[in-house]
Amino acid sequence: MTREAYHKQLKDVQDELIRLSEMVGTALKDSIEALKNRDIEASRRIIKNDVFVNNRRFEIEERCIYLIATQQPMAVDLRVLAAMINVVTDLERIGDHAEGIARISISIGDGPLVKPLIDMPVMAEKALSMLQRCMKAFVERDAETAKKICDEDDEVDARYDAIYDELIHLMIENPKIIKDATYMIWAAHNIERIADRVTNIAERVVYMATGKMQEMNVSKY
Amino acid sequence: MTAKITIKGLNFYYGPKQALRNINVRIGEREITALIGPSGCGKTTFLRCLNRMHDLYPGNRYEGEIILDDRNILEPGLDLIRLRSKVGIVFQKPTPFPMSISDNIAFGLKLGGMRNRRELASRVEAALRVSALWDETKDRLHDSALSLSGGQQQRLCIARAIAVEPEVILMDEPCSALDPVATAKIEDLMSDLKKNYTVVIVTHNMQQAARVSDHTGFFMMGEVMEFDRTQKIFTAPSNKLTEDYITGRFG
Repeated sequence: MTREAYHKQLKDVQDELIRLSEMVGTALKDSIEALKNRDIEASRRIIKNDVFVNNRRFEIEERCIYLIATQQPMAVDLRVLAAMINVVTDLERIGDHAEGIARISISIGDGPLVKPLIDMPVMAEKALSMLQRCMKAFVERDAETAKKICDEDDEVDARYDAIYDELIHLMIENPKIIKDATYMIWAAHNIERIADRVTNIAERVVYMATGKMQEMNVSKY
Repeated sequence: MTAKITIKGLNFYYGPKQALRNINVRIGEREITALIGPSGCGKTTFLRCLNRMHDLYPGNRYEGEIILDDRNILEPGLDLIRLRSKVGIVFQKPTPFPMSISDNIAFGLKLGGMRNRRELASRVEAALRVSALWDETKDRLHDSALSLSGGQQQRLCIARAIAVEPEVILMDEPCSALDPVATAKIEDLMSDLKKNYTVVIVTHNMQQAARVSDHTGFFMMGEVMEFDRTQKIFTAPSNKLTEDYITGRFG
């Protein structure tokens, strides 16, 4: 009684989940590019595209629930489905954070940024790399890699702290830029939250691979 | 977990053919223990060791120990009638005797020497109440047991096993011939039974094992591959073979 059709469906949903992670990863990358290049049109496109992310999230969730209802999954299959229902929510929220950066970029308007965008792209690149490797660990059921990715969240947090300190300093020096500098802090905060979401996903990878639920890296934010 | 039955180094042979290999398992008192595994893995053979049903056929042989409370039930000279009244069994297909509902339940009691009609009637009622069959049968106790539905017949068999006041109830795929409603009733009944009895159930229905049992043993090729808390077995089993079996990757 091997259950090939069921296991194929399970894999198809996982493939969909990976595609969704690629979509939100692209949204993150594009949102930072748009912010950097002051490209308002690109920011609008990111906001518009978030609808597709949201829809796909519900589709994946429904497919997981359908498989639970019809196949009564057990053991690793059950853990995979439970993990996917959690991960899909985190991915959707990552999409929201990218959309948030796009909205901030629009709010800043056409003018130049209060400081050159150097640290934030590095921070975003780090968060994106964490997401990509975490999803690879998901597919490979690799708990060890997932645990290591959680530790990398500290690096993102440290960069956020540095950006925050620098912008506060600039605001003290020149109160005229308070509004735009605050927008920049929000943008950086969105990236910081994305990395936190990745650690949530990593926790689900560990659960899926080992059956153990544990908090990996408690963010101070 | 307090063990009601402790099995140590159990081997069992159908003539020259070894069917169970070195089984070491503890069956928890007032718990439901489920035995799962592919066909021919030895789970029913194991179940039938627990009240020595195999002794009904010549050439069968046990090795090791099955300690029920403090006594090894594999000891020579053991009173098998007493053992089987202490360890009752319910089979896959309902096996009502061709007699009235009431007589089916009184059968074991009469065999045990009970003659008082009032006492018999009260024990019949008690057994039917415990097996949740009283309301459906109280007005037709003298009708043939064969007039009952399949699910009712199976509950009658459970009532018949209970009537002689056993301590352990063995169930060999008790729901495989029943529809979902009758199955749900038996499962509810099992949960009630475990308040007073130790229940061991063989089932091919993995969801049933997951729903009703406290501990689960996975058998394969005459061996226990894994024995653990049911929650652990069905969410994160330790053995790859258990995982592959319960997720339908083989079997």
